[in-house]
Amino acid sequence: MTLIATQSLTKTYGGRVTALADLTVAVEPGIIGLVGANGAGKSTLIKILLGLIAPTSGQVSVLGIDPTADPAAVRNRVGYMPEHDCLPPDLSAAELVTHLGRMSGLPRTAARERASEALRHVGLYEERYRPVGGYSTGMKQRVKLAQALVHDPDLLLLDEPTNGLDPAGRDAMLALVHRIGTEFGISVLVCSHLLGEVERICDTLIAIDGGRLLRADNISAMTSATDVLAVEVSEGTEELAARLAELKLPVARDGRLLLVPLADDGTYDLILGAVAELDLPLHRLDQRRHRVAELFATRELTHA
Amino acid sequence: MPEPSTAAVRPTPTGVIHDIGYQRYEGPRLGRRQVFGALYLHGLRTAFGFGRSAKAKIFPWLVVGIVTLVAVALAAVRSQIGEPVATYAQFADAMSWLVIFFVAVVAPELVSRDLRSGVLPLYFSRPLPRADYALAKLLALVTALWLLLGGPQLLMFLGAAFTTKQGMRGVWNELLDLLPGLLYAGLWAVVFASVGLLVASLTGKRAFAAGGVVAVFLMTTPIVGVLSILPSRAANELAGLASPSTLVQGVGIWSLGDLLVEGDPGEMMIGGFGPVYALAAVLLVAGATALLLARYRKVAS
Repeated sequence: MTLIATQSLTKTYGGRVTALADLTVAVEPGIIGLVGANGAGKSTLIKILLGLIAPTSGQVSVLGIDPTADPAAVRNRVGYMPEHDCLPPDLSAAELVTHLGRMSGLPRTAARERASEALRHVGLYEERYRPVGGYSTGMKQRVKLAQALVHDPDLLLLDEPTNGLDPAGRDAMLALVHRIGTEFGISVLVCSHLLGEVERICDTLIAIDGGRLLRADNISAMTSATDVLAVEVSEGTEELAARLAELKLPVARDGRLLLVPLADDGTYDLILGAVAELDLPLHRLDQRRHRVAELFATRELTHA
Repeated sequence: MPEPSTAAVRPTPTGVIHDIGYQRYEGPRLGRRQVFGALYLHGLRTAFGFGRSAKAKIFPWLVVGIVTLVAVALAAVRSQIGEPVATYAQFADAMSWLVIFFVAVVAPELVSRDLRSGVLPLYFSRPLPRADYALAKLLALVTALWLLLGGPQLLMFLGAAFTTKQGMRGVWNELLDLLPGLLYAGLWAVVFASVGLLVASLTGKRAFAAGGVVAVFLMTTPIVGVLSILPSRAANELAGLASPSTLVQGVGIWSLGDLLVEGDPGEMMIGGFGPVYALAAVLLVAGATALLLARYRKVAS
């Protein structure tokens, strides 16, 4: 089943500002990253998917339902986490999420149970009885995620879930989103202006710019099949490069880094062996994926 | 303390996120009517500060306390001297200032708070239609105001019914007096709730909303005062239309007659314009409700 499909979707505000232009895309269930710069039309697309605003032209379907025709049916099965601050400071997280669960049609006791569950899944325990006003940004983001999850949706629309979080908070939030997408069996559309962030957790990536589709594809189709090892030594980078080349490893230079394609676990041993042989101070050795950004680099140049 | 073994296995620091299996929800999902009812009850509870901080309870219960005290006092005096000091409708009139202040506190509590905190997208991304949100809040405020006036009226009735010297007949007569009084309280509730909620829904700042509500209800009374001393009988008799409070009183005088004014028409004269007052009240409520719905069609989209 197609999760989200749009056909020539266009949205203009007041006939002048174009938020979305002729967007045609179809994605399968899974974790979908929606990336684009600020003002690229990400939030507009999410609001159209929710049936909050009507497109100027074109068709859209979410979970096989047209949100312009039957927004209630879509919203029944979708959870939405807005980008901006949306939590009343004087309510506790438990009260708020329970109330919003009831607003999604859960009976009273079910709403209370599912609110506790949802808050526990996002990692809020005793704090949930304290007023939200005293929460950190990270905790507030978790509450926002919990309220989107409380009615057990089939699709989550997350608008910039990592906004305002520190690096550790970002990692935790992304891990949580990944867990929801893989273990909970809920599809997730996660929207971000940071490509590097969403590509770590997504199956599918939709990139938009200025309301136009740059590319939408399976992430494995976008990235090359092999992963890359990044090696950094404090000194003797040249020697190491030469030594690795001798070992028939295709080495590429990236500033102070040496990039070696990861064939199998043996590659680690070869590199470590070479470093030990030359007696070089190893700074780091880590695995990294080909950045999807590289795929967009040429396209973005044409826009600049 | 995180165990080293799990920390080493996990690719990213997941911190406090514990692994407890997720359960899908298979239970019933309620329809629009029940969700509306839930929001209505929530609003009604909010109006009286239930489920809110102690601070939020102070003002509503202060007003409830005062009107109850007045009702008890009236009932006590009546049982002593044997005849009513004020009819049920007159009681509602006398309490109008307190009703205004109650609206000024509760209406912002119901709608301005949601505007301020930006929580509306969380409501509107759920199946509940926008109009339902506005109507549930309005109905909650109407009910709260009606309870505020009707509750003490009921107390007065109980006082009179237990002290009556005419037996069941006396109780029956008292009941016939109470019912129009309750209807009149309902009129106060509908007019003040629709206008008050509309004003409060225009701003997210509670102080402004409260000030706006008081302004609309009180600043219009001088206009009534000016109109009622103009050298024109028609202008005097229509003066009450200029302010919500006198509008309600005008409808009361027309429909209840001596239950409200008792022989002496006093300062409030509506002449033969009773139906005009009734029509104006209907238009005011309908107009305010329509504007409220229009407001919520636009806001937070």
